[in-house]
Order: sequence, then structure tokens, then C-alpha cells
Amino acid sequence: MAGQTLYDKLWQDHLVKSREDGTALIYIDRHLIHEVTSPQAFEGLRLAGRKPWRKDSLVATPDHNVPSDATERAAGVEGIRDEIARIQVQTLDENCRHFDVVQFGINHPGQGIVHVVGPETGATLPGMTVVCGDSHTSTHGALGALAHGIGTSEVEHVMATQCLIQRKMKNMLVRVDGKLGAGVTAKDVVLAIIGKIGTAGGTGYAIEFGGEVIRAMSMEGRMTICNMAIEAGARAGMVAVDQVTLDYVKGKPYAPKGELWDKAVENWRRLHSDDDAVFDAVVELRGEDIEPQVSWGTSPEMVAPVGARVPDPAEEADATKRAGIERALEYMGLSAGQKIADIKLDRVFIGSCTNSRIEDLRAAAAVAKGRHKADSVKQVLVVPGSQAVKAQAEKEGLHEIFTRAGFEWREPSCSMCLAMNADKLNPGEHCASTSNRNFEGRQGYGGRTHLVSPGMAAAAAIAGHFVDVREFVTQAETA
Amino acid sequence: MKAFVCHKGLVAPMDRANVDTDLIIPKQFLKSIKRTGFGPNLFDELRYLDEGQPGQDCSKRPLNPEFPLNFPRYKGASVLLARKNFGCGSSREHAPWALDDYGFRAIIAPSFADIFFNNCFKNGLLPIVLDEAVVDQLFREMYAQEGYELTIDLEKQQVVKPDGDVIGFEVDAFRKHCLLNGLDDIGLTLEDAEDIRAYEAKRREQAPWLFDAVK
Repeated sequence: MAGQTLYDKLWQDHLVKSREDGTALIYIDRHLIHEVTSPQAFEGLRLAGRKPWRKDSLVATPDHNVPSDATERAAGVEGIRDEIARIQVQTLDENCRHFDVVQFGINHPGQGIVHVVGPETGATLPGMTVVCGDSHTSTHGALGALAHGIGTSEVEHVMATQCLIQRKMKNMLVRVDGKLGAGVTAKDVVLAIIGKIGTAGGTGYAIEFGGEVIRAMSMEGRMTICNMAIEAGARAGMVAVDQVTLDYVKGKPYAPKGELWDKAVENWRRLHSDDDAVFDAVVELRGEDIEPQVSWGTSPEMVAPVGARVPDPAEEADATKRAGIERALEYMGLSAGQKIADIKLDRVFIGSCTNSRIEDLRAAAAVAKGRHKADSVKQVLVVPGSQAVKAQAEKEGLHEIFTRAGFEWREPSCSMCLAMNADKLNPGEHCASTSNRNFEGRQGYGGRTHLVSPGMAAAAAIAGHFVDVREFVTQAETA
Repeated sequence: MKAFVCHKGLVAPMDRANVDTDLIIPKQFLKSIKRTGFGPNLFDELRYLDEGQPGQDCSKRPLNPEFPLNFPRYKGASVLLARKNFGCGSSREHAPWALDDYGFRAIIAPSFADIFFNNCFKNGLLPIVLDEAVVDQLFREMYAQEGYELTIDLEKQQVVKPDGDVIGFEVDAFRKHCLLNGLDDIGLTLEDAEDIRAYEAKRREQAPWLFDAVK
């Protein structure tokens, strides 16, 4: 019998029951909650007279709607100016009180973007099943967990039953071997993967990311990769547990301690695919081939290396794809064959569950240090992913590097990734963004998003247009 | 949940690939704490010429005359014909809520994004996967014939065209059962409460650290 994949093992560990119709009940260990996708689920529980099955599996924090502006933020929930947003955050407060759910409230030191908070507190651990009413829950798979986003009906289902009704997904291995060049990051790797397999390439699969490049990557980098598994169509992305994982988890506030730690580690060491495991699909990339990426279109698969040009739809044979490229270029205000480096930026956003961890901020600060944003760039937002990340960055003086560079240092929130709070693009504005989606209108009505790594975003802020972060750093460093 | 047994309805096009959930229902409408009322904001950025705001009276907003759902011939449509990877992006269930609230009962496409596909079934909305060539043909027939209607019979797993041609489709047996009977799957899962408790007890022994409350 062939060996098991990491996904097979996680599935097996959480299988409550296989039903005759091919569905299965899968037990959920950790359920993260935020204000946007939970109110209707809590309401459903109340209407049916149900209670959470295991309330200690729930952890809530508001992130999508909370202001990033320090003054507005300081006034707490009552101070949120947008009335509808305020009601939604208040509703989360009320629901957590009513059902006695642990919540890191708006200005609690544990608050942050759910996908940053989970790993950094140890609320999400290797070997867990993790769900959240948010598609970027795939992030937590970086710890060797089975984590994926669910809709609000499933949020209610997990609250009420501690289980999800699932069919097993297929196994895909994305292996990145070799070595990344200097200045090439996890974000570039995952954008290159999505560029290669497309936004539906992973549909129906759980993707395991492996190979030398992933093994050599920090936990922050692995989280960036798994975060965007959903942008390749896969609900779940994951990375095998190794020493990097264990070193990261050890000492986290909610990680097991003492004897329990040893017992947990023994269990976690088996969380990797067996050598003879069989995958339904294997995709391979070489680290050396990956260059800093920039998205030019309105889907994350529409990416190109920074030195390349915007594609010409005339060269696309497939009619649906050609129409997609034409529509994207029109929306983005770009012309076929235009150099990526000639795209001028109006705003820059450094943040989101993809790239708002301490390592991301360090990478952006390394570029911003001693420099200043271009006059033509109206605004550069730096939004740490959590209160803990913010505190650490301030301890390292990163916030001063940013403010001296003319960047704005903000409060932890999802901010301009999806523009539910006041941070948004105006129609027609181009933004270099470290977030995950370049969909039409995502960062604001008529806004034009270009997905990049934190270093590339900072470099674009300084230059006023896209620039290869590798040349930029070398040139300026030696000047 | 609303049951879906058999439905005959006017077909309308969403003729582009990779329609994402931001396009189906933009983020400003996600601030609502309700499940209903999203219909007027379905495809908001394509449907209107201005930027929509929550709580607005949409009947006074300027309509985009080039957007098919605004054409008189598609008024009252309840079957949406779409392209590959429909519903990609976020997990927001507001997307199927908006489609349902607008009046759609079924969506036909060559493929759907996983989370969206799953969310549809929880809301009495039937997503149907058909071969790309078949979808292409349906698009051609729909464009050629005003008032083009399809009958969708979930029991028989068939799409019936106006000329009587029948196209079969696949559907997961459990989802079909829930949809035909309008069942609440929480109630069904709770019938297995004993199994869940037994699993939990065993797991607590094996991996006690998973049960430490976050306080």
C-alpha cells in the first residue's frame, strides 16, 4: 500500500465518521471568528436555540472593519465612524459575551487579522483542523495543519456540531526546488505558482507545498505561500512540520508546555508526506527561475516578472482568455506590450493576512531606510497584521524608518486589502499592494491593484513606478 | 432551507470567466448583519454606473445599459449561464445570498470555485457543472432566442432545453437529498452526536493539547 500524504494523515486524524453517500464528518479543533461572516451564524444558533458545541475551540477578533487610523481607533468600538461597520463590530462583541466566546477585542493586545493572530498566539497549532469564515484560512496550513475557509452556513454548522461535512479532496504537490535569488521572496514564489497553474489550477485539491525552497523558508514565508493557495483555487494549502515549525511554535502563549510539549512534538513529527505517498498531481518549479513578480491584470494569475511587459491579447489563442486579457487591460488602464516598470503608482499598501508579519515589515523597512517616497505617490500605508506585530516593529524602530520615509504607520486591520474600512483607492488609481487579490474594485471602486512582495512595494513607493527591488537596493546601496 | 425540486426559468448570461465574489457582491455590502436584502446589489459595479452604498435606494441609481441583466429581455431571469471558475475568491456567503435574493435558482457553468459551490447548496441555489462545449452551445442558443428558458429537474438530474433536448448533470447524493427536501444539515449532523462525542473522548486522550482553551 502506498504511503500517506500529509493531507491524508490530517484527514485520517480528524475523521469522525464516513457515511455511505461518500461524505464524511471531520472534527474541527480550532474555529476562528471575525465580525463580517459570523453575525448570521450566531443569529442562526439563537433562532434554533442551539449553543456552541465546544466554546473553547472558538477565538474571535475583529479585523475587516476596524479603522487603521490611530485617532479613530483609540476611541474603541464606539468611536468607529462608519455606523454600519460599528454595528457589525458591536454585534461581534455582543455575540461573544452572550455565548461566552474568547475575543481579542478592537484594542486588546491580542487583536489582529485572524490569520496573523492564530499562529502567533499558538491558538493554531500543527496537526489541527482550523476553519474560519474567511477564504485565507489556508494560511494556517503553513504549520502543518488542515485549514480552510468556510461560508457562514458552515460557520454555524461548526459552532453547533464541531464538525464539517466534507468529501475528501485530491492531493496536489507543488514542489519548488533549488534556491531563490536575493530579493526574491515567498510572495514571488506563490505568485509564480498561481501564474503557472492558474486561479482554478488547484480547484478540488489540497495543495502541499514542498521542496528545497519551501524547506529553507521561514514560517512567515510559508504562511504567505499557504495564504494564497486559495488564489490558485485550493481551499487548503499546507507545509510539512519540520524543525522550523517546532522552533516557531515553541513558547507561543497557547502552545503546549512541559511534558505536554514533548508529547505534542512526538505527534507532530509524523506530519509530513511519506516518501512513497502518491499525489494526484505534481507541479514543479525551480527557485532560480523565479523573479520578483508584479500582477498586471484583474486576476492573481495575471502576473509577470518585473522586467517583463504587459501581454498582448492578440497573441492569445483561446477566445475566453483573450477577452479576459482585453477586459483586464481596459480596466487597469494599461496597453498591450507596455513595460511593467513604466506603471506609475498612486498609492502603496503594505499589509494584509498575506504580508503583514514582522518579517514582511522588516523587508519593507530595509528598502525604505534612509529613503523617501516619491512625491507622485499620494499615500503609502503600512498596516501591521496584529498588535503583537506592531509592538515588535516599534521595538525594532521600524515605524520610525517608515514615517521618515513618508509612509504612514497604522493600526492592525485588514485595511486596504479589501477596503472595508476607510482605507481605499479612488477610481483609476494604481496601487502596489502586498495583499492577495487584484479583482476589480477590490481595493476601492475603480481601483487598480498590482500584487507584489513587501520589498517590491516599498521600492515602488520610493521610485514612484515599479522597479526591480534587486537593482534598486544594489544601486542605491552602492551610490 | 428552501427546497429545490424542479425549476423552469428564463436564462441570463454572465459571459466572462473567473467571476469573483467581489464582483458578485462588493465588500461595502458585507457590513450587513442580515442574510437578506443583497439582491439589489448583485453585480453592483457592473450593473450601475455609480458607486453603490449600503442602505441606498437602488431604484434611483443610473443603470449600466450595457450590462445584460439590465436588458428587458433578461428581466425576471432565474437561471444564470456562466463561464469557468465562477465564484472564485472569498468565502463570503453574501454571494449566493445576493444571487438568491435577486431571484436566481440555478447557475450553469463549466466549473465553479469550491467554497462558492459549497455555499450555494446551503442556500437552496443549485450550481450545475456542464462540459464547456455544452455551455458554449447553451450560450449560443440563449443569445439567438429571446425568452430562452431551461427546465432544471434535480430529481432526474436533467437540464431540459426548449427543443426538448435533455442534458444530464452530476450532483453529490447528500447535497441532492438535502436540496430536494430543504433539509437543515446541522440537524442531520446532530443525529450523529454520539459519534462526535466518542471521537472527542478518544482524541482528548491522544492529543490533550488540542483541548486547551484559549483564555
